[in-house]
Amino acid sequence: MRTDRLAPWAAYCIVGIGMLIMLAPFYFMFVFATHSRTEIFSLPPPMWFGNDFLNNLAILTKKIPFWRNLGWSLYVALASTALTLLFCAMGGYAFALFEFRHKKIFFGLVMGTMLLPSFMNMIPTFMIMDLLGWIDEPRALYIPGAASAFGIFLMRQFCASAIPRELVEAARMDGCSELGIFARIVLPLLKPALGTLGLITFIASWNNFIGPLVVMRSPDMYTLPLALRSLQSPVDTEWGALMAGSAIATLPLIVLFVLSSRQLISGLTTGAVK
Amino acid sequence: MKLPRLSPRQTPYVLLLPFVALFVVFGLFPLAFSLFLAFQTWEPTSGLGAMSFVGADNFLFALQDEWFWKSLKNTGWLALVSGVPQHLVALPLAAFIHASFKRLRNGVVGAYFMPYITSTVAIAILFSSLFSTDYGLINVGLQLIRELPLLGALVPAQPVDWLNDPDYIKPAIATLVFWRYVGFNVVLYLAAMQTIPRDLYEAARMDGAGRLQQFFYITLPSLKPMIYFGVTLSVVGGLQLFEEAFILTQGRGGSDQAGMTTAVYLYRMAFDFNDFGAASAMSWLLFIVVGLLTWLTNRAFRPSKA
Repeated sequence: MRTDRLAPWAAYCIVGIGMLIMLAPFYFMFVFATHSRTEIFSLPPPMWFGNDFLNNLAILTKKIPFWRNLGWSLYVALASTALTLLFCAMGGYAFALFEFRHKKIFFGLVMGTMLLPSFMNMIPTFMIMDLLGWIDEPRALYIPGAASAFGIFLMRQFCASAIPRELVEAARMDGCSELGIFARIVLPLLKPALGTLGLITFIASWNNFIGPLVVMRSPDMYTLPLALRSLQSPVDTEWGALMAGSAIATLPLIVLFVLSSRQLISGLTTGAVK
Repeated sequence: MKLPRLSPRQTPYVLLLPFVALFVVFGLFPLAFSLFLAFQTWEPTSGLGAMSFVGADNFLFALQDEWFWKSLKNTGWLALVSGVPQHLVALPLAAFIHASFKRLRNGVVGAYFMPYITSTVAIAILFSSLFSTDYGLINVGLQLIRELPLLGALVPAQPVDWLNDPDYIKPAIATLVFWRYVGFNVVLYLAAMQTIPRDLYEAARMDGAGRLQQFFYITLPSLKPMIYFGVTLSVVGGLQLFEEAFILTQGRGGSDQAGMTTAVYLYRMAFDFNDFGAASAMSWLLFIVVGLLTWLTNRAFRPSKA
């Protein structure tokens, strides 16, 4: 029975150390963001915040159009979230509450693409965007993203459980148009799920690297991840500036996550848990 | 504003129209196009007219390409070394959290999950500074261990050139991948543990089973479907590894291509070496590998029926 008494303490220690390991890199990202390159790589390395943040920011904005890149990241993430929410809510509602021909096959097809590895689309997507003349155009990022199989899945699940058929029928009897039903009844009921999908889409777009890597060619059009990675160089990386940029790119995510971690976690694992 | 009147029969088609249009153009068409490309040779500079059919040449080229095989080996190694420990660590961790954390649980789970939602690029950049040879934090840490009596013998005697030494680049990438995804698995297992009926544990305790026995005889067997699911996700995810390897090797695959995953290689094949046909063929070959391994994992972990 000794193990039984020991177990909770051992558990607290192990879980605690694990948490430190998970959080330490974030801590150092913010600490390094406030130190110059020479300080970061001195012995002992900095463990507490310094006062070079503004210097780092100055180097950063001199080397790359940082605020412009941040603007594109924000613009693409917002546009992609808006489109995804609208199209996936419409599609999910259609799949959940209507019957139409080949519905099952079609839904299966959509779900099948959810499992498709991301590298499969890399090359043809570049060629299609080239063909459309969308290279260096932000819409090359947010328009394809709006056809999210995951979004359709999430919305269909939620519609099936949260929208009573009787309510839709009753509105129809009262003479409400079909689009009116969608706008006035379905959308308001979908609010919690829209919140979750919105968060997930925003974060995915903000972090997206492969997409912009393939279609954004000029540094003026880079989104943040691309811009940051362009600062990496084999010989002369401005680490302080790079850390400051990474910290600024990471901060909004940490804030979003702290505010909504439960909703986000359950949204991101829905497919798995059900 | 006057909206057009739709009948309930037409409505689903109208509702699905925008999604389907995008799905066909940007989801299905690229797939078909990539299959078509895999059988073509094409010089991107000379326009689309310059494509010509070459049969299975691209596939044969890929299969005879030393770098392609090397990238597959790297990918397999990384998937295994970053994937298996994730589950070996996530399972007991989830069990600890499940048993001992009640009020703090959300905070704890949040901390473990955070790496999963933050930008891979920002994180990989940070890790490349941690892994740097001179005074990178990881080497400084190893230096401290080196001075300890017994443990010191276990770590390399010289500062490790993590990102440039072909022997160390893969462990560096695997560390980053492990750190990023272990929390996701913790969440999966915690969710599954919550569905195990409490009276099972009570009955076991009555019979005198300790915590360890409860873990091995109740928790683990009940989690089997989730373990199957989680391992499949790791296998599929591990074989697609791109960003972590791309950033840590500065987009080139590392010295001696030791950190080049297949996804990185096919990106380079297309965008550095301008061979879109061969790159497409490689993506289909990798896709077949992913499919096969998913099927194998499926067979290995599915509870056998009959």
